[in-house]
Formats: sequence, structure tokens, C-alpha cells
Amino acid sequence: MDISNYLYLSVMLFTIGALGVLIRRNAIVIFMCIELMLNASNLALVTFSRIHGNLDGQVASFFTMVVAACEVVVGLAIIVTIYRSRRSASVDDASLLKN
Amino acid sequence: MRTSSHLVYLIALPLFSSALLLLLGRIADKWGHLLATLVSASAFGVGVSEFIAMHSHTGANRAATQKLFEWISVGNLKVDASLLLDQLSICFVLLITGVGTLIHIYSIAYMDHDKDRRRFFAYLNFFIAAMLLLVLGDSYLNLYVGWEGVGLASYLLIGFWNHNPTYAVAAKKAFIANRIGDVGLSLAIMICFTQFGAVSFSGVKAGASHASPAALTAIGAMLLLAAAGKSAQFPLQSWLGDAMAGPTPVSALIHAATMVTAGVYLITRSNFIFDASSTARLLVVTVGVITLLFGAIVGTAKDDIKKALAASTMSQIGYMILATGLGPVGYAFAIMHLLTHGFFKAGMFLGAGSVMHGMDDEINMRKYGGLAKLMPITAVTFGLGYLAILGVPPFAGFYSKDKIIETAFNQGGGKGIILGGAALLGAGITAFYMTRVVVLTFAGAKRWKDGSHPHESSVLMWGPMVVLAIGSVASGFLLSAGGALVNWLQPVVNASHAEGGKELMNPLVVSILALGIVALGASYAIVKYRSVPEVAPENVSIFTEIARKDLYQDIFNDAVLVKPGTALTAGLVATDHHVIDGAVRLVGWVIGEVSDVLRKIQNGYVRTYALAMFVGVFIGALILWVVTA
Repeated sequence: MDISNYLYLSVMLFTIGALGVLIRRNAIVIFMCIELMLNASNLALVTFSRIHGNLDGQVASFFTMVVAACEVVVGLAIIVTIYRSRRSASVDDASLLKN
Repeated sequence: MRTSSHLVYLIALPLFSSALLLLLGRIADKWGHLLATLVSASAFGVGVSEFIAMHSHTGANRAATQKLFEWISVGNLKVDASLLLDQLSICFVLLITGVGTLIHIYSIAYMDHDKDRRRFFAYLNFFIAAMLLLVLGDSYLNLYVGWEGVGLASYLLIGFWNHNPTYAVAAKKAFIANRIGDVGLSLAIMICFTQFGAVSFSGVKAGASHASPAALTAIGAMLLLAAAGKSAQFPLQSWLGDAMAGPTPVSALIHAATMVTAGVYLITRSNFIFDASSTARLLVVTVGVITLLFGAIVGTAKDDIKKALAASTMSQIGYMILATGLGPVGYAFAIMHLLTHGFFKAGMFLGAGSVMHGMDDEINMRKYGGLAKLMPITAVTFGLGYLAILGVPPFAGFYSKDKIIETAFNQGGGKGIILGGAALLGAGITAFYMTRVVVLTFAGAKRWKDGSHPHESSVLMWGPMVVLAIGSVASGFLLSAGGALVNWLQPVVNASHAEGGKELMNPLVVSILALGIVALGASYAIVKYRSVPEVAPENVSIFTEIARKDLYQDIFNDAVLVKPGTALTAGLVATDHHVIDGAVRLVGWVIGEVSDVLRKIQNGYVRTYALAMFVGVFIGALILWVVTA
């Protein structure tokens, strides 16, 4: 199988994630879309690693996973807190800075 | 030149006491005046011991120096903070500390009822320290520090009762007039530095012997400006009358005996400059003559006893300045008149203070009258000072003032006639206005209201007055006996090469002329003021009107300097407000308006920001791709 197919998949996943972030309002869904984008880039990194025959990309993808894990912890905590105080997880409701 | 390690105490003692009294505040209220007086007396003690030490040496070793520390060392300019006590300085040291101590004692009683007496004494001590630094500094820069110090002390003391706005304005006026003079002094120092590379007296003296006449004249003119500011000489004389707003002991010490004579000291100290420039000397005598007549004329029209005495001070310092401009032989006479004037004018001011004290602070002489019976000691001491200032033999003024008149005549030619004639005329007017003061205050019928009870002051007040009166009687004879002061000052003012100046007028003729014109002035005053209206008459001659208005000096200053100055300042404020601030406000306004537009972009929706990011990254990537491809 042509190795560039992995890249196409990665681009498709990334695009889906990006569109999700832009379009959806539910914070949890946006959050999942961000994870999707991260994983798409992970896939691209691993693929490039394979193409070039070294481990640089794989190492980078590990960093991404660690950062993503941290992000999940902080992000979910914020989302839960916002939900508790506002009874809503819609990102459009959290627009206090506008005024 | 020997060194002495005690000179610093002269300055350090009063300075320390002043700082202590100011820092301790109310804690020192009970004993502050005693400490200040004690310190002033000990400074006098140090001065006397130095004077005795000077006598035990001869020649160049009479003068003593003390290096305190290296003050400025920048490139070519090296200035040490050092003190120099020579034959000239010691005269001033003894006058300042001696008269200063007497006035401290007097003030204990005079300021008894003032709740800020401690602060008053702190300022007095500060003044003593600054004035001693002025006369002890061995360079123009050291002198300058003292010069500014006495200016500050004068300002603080004139405005001592600054809750009265008039007094505060008087203090400000004195300070500003002094500042104009100070500019002259600083310019003189700068010219000295550029011309001679030195600012010490000895360095400038060495340089002056081969300097260009133009530079010497410039330095001389600037020094004269400085002297005019400090000594209330024409054209900077207007502040002295208003300076009488200060408590009377201040008027006696600062604005009669010591600080206002600093200009005479400055010119005498810079004798090497003035000896070398006849133009500068001409300027000096012109200023001196104008002021001595100016002050005398103003003095004739004043009803305020202190202002009359202030005008007299102005006039007498005019005599001194005139004497300093008469060449080397005049310096000693200027200093002699300065010392005798220090005694009799301080004495008369204290007498005026004593009268005011007894009359519930009434200063209008038209409301006095017949006080001699009720205040005999004040009347006698004042009378002795009066005889001294008139120049009646054998009182002090006879020896000092007649010498100045005589030296003026001896200038020869038209110059001698003009200067001598003016000095003689001044003596006549002096006799008139001083007689007027005495007659209005002590003689005639009583004109005060029944409510006031004039009484003799306490011993703390009349004691110093008696001492000063003795000085008014004896100092002239003592200083001139055998040419004592002239010989004493000879090493400093270098009068030797001017000795043997042509004696155009017989001293006896000058004395007789002076006495005659004095008698004329005095008897005219006695006749004129046989009866005194309580309110100054309205329909007076144009001359009286002009004299009452201080010869229009204030009106002139106001129209020529103050009003344009105020207009300029107002213009500058407006420029600052509209142009400079306007530019700043314009920038602020533009940024505000632009921000108002840009603010709309920030709608608060996360997805908008995310879209912006994506678009940005996309554009960035596109550019990267285009550039690299």
C-alpha cells in the first residue's frame, strides 16, 4: 500500500477536527475535535518518520501525546467548572470578554 | 600661610545647632533659644581666639587656612572645600558672631511670645553658619555656597510669619531679586574658570595680573551684579524695604549689619579684579552713588520706622560700595564704614524693635511721639546710633563716612566733584531723614491711642542695645586710631601702591562741609516736624509723592519686568497646554478612535478566534510554500 495514503488520512482527520472546532458549540465536542487534530498530526509525524527512516517523528509524537494528556486534564477541569457555574457547556455563552 | 584646625568650628557649631533644633522639633522648644545663643557666643569665642592667634603671628603667617576635604576634582577644575581666615575675614567673623550673639540675646526676649521661637533660632544659627562660610571660603565657589545659604536664611526669616500673605510675598520678592544677583555671581565664576582655570581667590588673583581687560571688566560687572542683588543696590534694591516684614532682630542682623554687606565683602575680596579694570570701578561708583542718593531720598518719605531704617541701610551700603569703587585706598574705608554701620544700624534696629515691642507692634512713626520719657534707655541708645550715622564727631560715623566723602573728592577732576558732592548731599539727606525718625518717635507730643502703654523693654533687650550703642560711640575712633584698620587690611587689599594719592581736599574742610550740611538737614527736619499730623498729609509736593512711591521702583519693575514676565509665563503655560499637551492628547485620541473600530473584531466568540488562527496559519503556510517553491 502506498505510504502516502496515511498522509491523506491524516489530512482528512485534521480537516474534520478543524471544522469541528470552528463549527460546533459544545465545549466537549470542540475538545474532542482538538484531540482529533492532535492525533492527525501524530499520524503525519509517524508517517514521515517511516518515510525518512529515522525516529525523529516518533519521538515528537510521544511529546505530543504527553502534552495532549496534560491538556486533557486542564481542559476538562475548566470545562467542568464552567458547566457547574453556568449549567451550559456552550462556548458561545462564555463570551464575557466581549463587553 | 599657616594652617589652623579650629576654623571649621566657626561654621560647624551653628550649623549643627541649627540642624539639631530643626530635627528635634517641639522637644527643643524649652531650651532651643538658649542652645542657639550659647552656640553663637561660642562661635564668637572661637573668633576672638583666632583673632588673638593672628596677632601672635606676623607677615604672611597672619592668615590661616584649613582644608576640609577635596570637593570637586573634574579635569582641570580642582576645588577644595577650604577655609581662609585673613585680615579681611576676621573683621567679618567678629562682626557676624559678635553682633549675631547680641541679637540672639535680644531675640530671646523679643520672640518670647512666639510659639515658633525655636524655629526662629534654628534659622538664625543657620544664617550665622552660612554667613561665616561666605566670608571664610577660600574660593569663589565656596563663597557661593555661603552666598546661597544666607539667601535662603534671609528668605526663611523674612517669611517667618508666612501665614501673612504679604510677608510671604515679601520673602519671595527678596529671594527672586537675590537670585538675579546670584546669576551674576555664577557667571563671574564661570568666566574666572574659562579665563584662569581657577576659582580660588589666589588662583584668580594670579590669573588677573595678565588677563585681558575685557575679561576683567566682564568679571567685575558680574560681581557687581551679584553685590547689587545681595546688598540691595540699584537696580536690584527694591526687595530691602519689603524685607522688613521679617521679625525686627532679623532686620537688624541680616538686613542691616551682616548679610546685606556681603556685596561689599565680595568687591573688597575681589580687589585684584577691580584694581585692574577702571571700567568696572566706574560701574561700581555709579551704582554706589545712585543707591546712596536713592536710599536717602526714599528714607525721607517713609512713615514705617523699619522701612525708613531699611532705606537708610540701602543708602549707607551705597556709601560702602562707592568706597570700594574708589580704588585700593577705598577698600579699608568701605570695611570701616561697614563695621561702624554694623554697630549703629543694628543698634537702631533693635531700638526700633524695642519701640514696637512697647507699642503693641505699631510701626507707623506718626503714631509714636514723646517716647523718650517712657523708654529712656531705648531713646539714649537710639540717639547714640543717630549721632553715629550723622557723622557727628567723635561718634563712629564721623570717622568712616567722612573718610569716604574725602576719598571721593580726592578722585580729582569732575569725577571727584560729582562723587564727593553726591556723597555730601547724601549725608545731608541722611541727617534730614534720621532726624525725622528721631523727632517723630522720641520727641514732641504723644500721638498714640490711650489704649497702649509704652514701656521700657526688659534687660535682655536693652542690654544688647547698650553694647551696640557703645560700639556706635567708640568703634570709629578705635578702628581709625593710628590707621589701625587701614594698616590691618593692607596685606589683603594691597593699598600700598595707591598711598600718596593727591589730597585735593583738606580733611578738615571736608569735615566742616559735611557737618555743615548735616546740621542743615537736621535743623530743617526739626523745624518741619515740630507738629506732626497723625495721618500722612495728602496734598504733598510731587517730590514727596515720588519718594513715597520709592521713586517708582516697584512700578517700574512691575511694568518692565513683572508684567511682561507674567505674560510670557502665561504664554508658555498656554503653549504647553494647547500645543504640547495637545499633541499628546491628539495621539491618544487617534489611538482611541482606531481602537474603537478594531474593538468590534473582538466579539468574544472562541470559534471566531479559532477561525482567525486557522486562516492565519493557512496564509502563513501558503506564503512559506510560495517562497520556498
